[in-house]
Amino acid sequence: MDVRVLVGSKKGAFILESDSARRDWRVQGPFCEHWPLTHVGADPSTQTIYAAGGNAWFGPAVWKSSDFGASWSHSSAGLAFPQGETPVQCAWVVHAAHGRLYVGVEPAGLFVSDDGGASFREIEGLRRPPTRPQWQPGGAGLILHSIVSDPADPRRLWVGISAVGVFYTEDGGETWSPRNTGTRCDFLPEGERYPEFGQCVHNIAMAPGHSNRLYQQNHCGMYRSDDGGLSWNSIEAGLPSSFGFPVAAHPRDAETLFFLPLNGADQGRYPPEGRAAVWRSRDGGAHWADRRAGLPQNGAYFGVMRQAMATDALDPAGVYFGASNGSVYGSRDEGESWTCLARDLPAISSIETLTT
Amino acid sequence: MKPALVRLPLLLTALFPGADRIVEIEAETVAEVIDALEARWPGMRDRLTDTSPAIRRHINIFVAGRRARLDTALQPGADVYVLTAVSGG
Repeated sequence: MDVRVLVGSKKGAFILESDSARRDWRVQGPFCEHWPLTHVGADPSTQTIYAAGGNAWFGPAVWKSSDFGASWSHSSAGLAFPQGETPVQCAWVVHAAHGRLYVGVEPAGLFVSDDGGASFREIEGLRRPPTRPQWQPGGAGLILHSIVSDPADPRRLWVGISAVGVFYTEDGGETWSPRNTGTRCDFLPEGERYPEFGQCVHNIAMAPGHSNRLYQQNHCGMYRSDDGGLSWNSIEAGLPSSFGFPVAAHPRDAETLFFLPLNGADQGRYPPEGRAAVWRSRDGGAHWADRRAGLPQNGAYFGVMRQAMATDALDPAGVYFGASNGSVYGSRDEGESWTCLARDLPAISSIETLTT
Repeated sequence: MKPALVRLPLLLTALFPGADRIVEIEAETVAEVIDALEARWPGMRDRLTDTSPAIRRHINIFVAGRRARLDTALQPGADVYVLTAVSGG
């Protein structure tokens, strides 16, 4: 069995390859003509790799490789809003599910491809929430950066938009409703910190085998939902900070999840005290333990972005994250111990895995 | 009509395997040049223009030594340079 860690970076895609032992890693790349990529993901059912990005010269596109990176093509056919509207700036995230490829873009929009990334069409229902004219961008823009799907029901999707919050559809994208109850906005005046929308969601993940169990890293807190996002409960007690970007779910255990807290939104956004740690819960977020063996414990002032942590499908599960200093760290024992798999890559924006 | 001589940047042609760096195109406007490039190498329009519609912000197209827009007219045999602007980090 081969394991690939897919790396999206400011200067193209990289692929780290290993076998099931996950001891020795080979770095391949850069791919995609050095385009800035915000996300590189895969469709495990077809073993196809997709990369989302936006080039300052050439605009947004989705790259595709069907041979594990040996060759690539790109397309933005149909990946556009109607003429005259603010053009799509960047393809931000890819998500394969039920034979389709979903793409989130900036400014906030959702597209789908039914032909494996050759062409795209907009899911126009996301234009229709009545609050849409009031949506405001977060620090990285008005971006649709997270897509979660229900493995059992192709009509159910959740998206994360900054700084708007989580929206949900159960009719394949025709109608959407906010799913932000219980997530707070510390940046709003007292008494107004739990609005219907306007939350700065950073990343969402679904627990395996429980399509109503969602985990969320927000600009303001870590959360868990057991009802498909209708309500969220804080699970940040026991963590060193309420701020961070990624969240990763275990591939089989719905109670196990991983956060990588940074020291704070306005304090530099690096690991607390410059000591890197991944925090793991085995009970759905009730209790937390830091796991830092093998991670730098002195002078680690990197950031880890919203898409930049993932688990693999092996047993025990591998956990990986990529940092803004171009380092990729991996654990092959569910976070207990870590090794540096690659260093000195460009600033890393995303980490995903593909098991063959 | 004598065709325009259109020069494409390497960064662009690298995205379209087999694309030429210098192309002769019969066209009366820059928009028609873009149409012809799209016909030869599908997808090239999206790399050069957005849906404003306009030439992308960091793409420069020069005609007879002057920065052009989509509706800029071409004289027979015009020299057209497609260039990538200074950008990135």
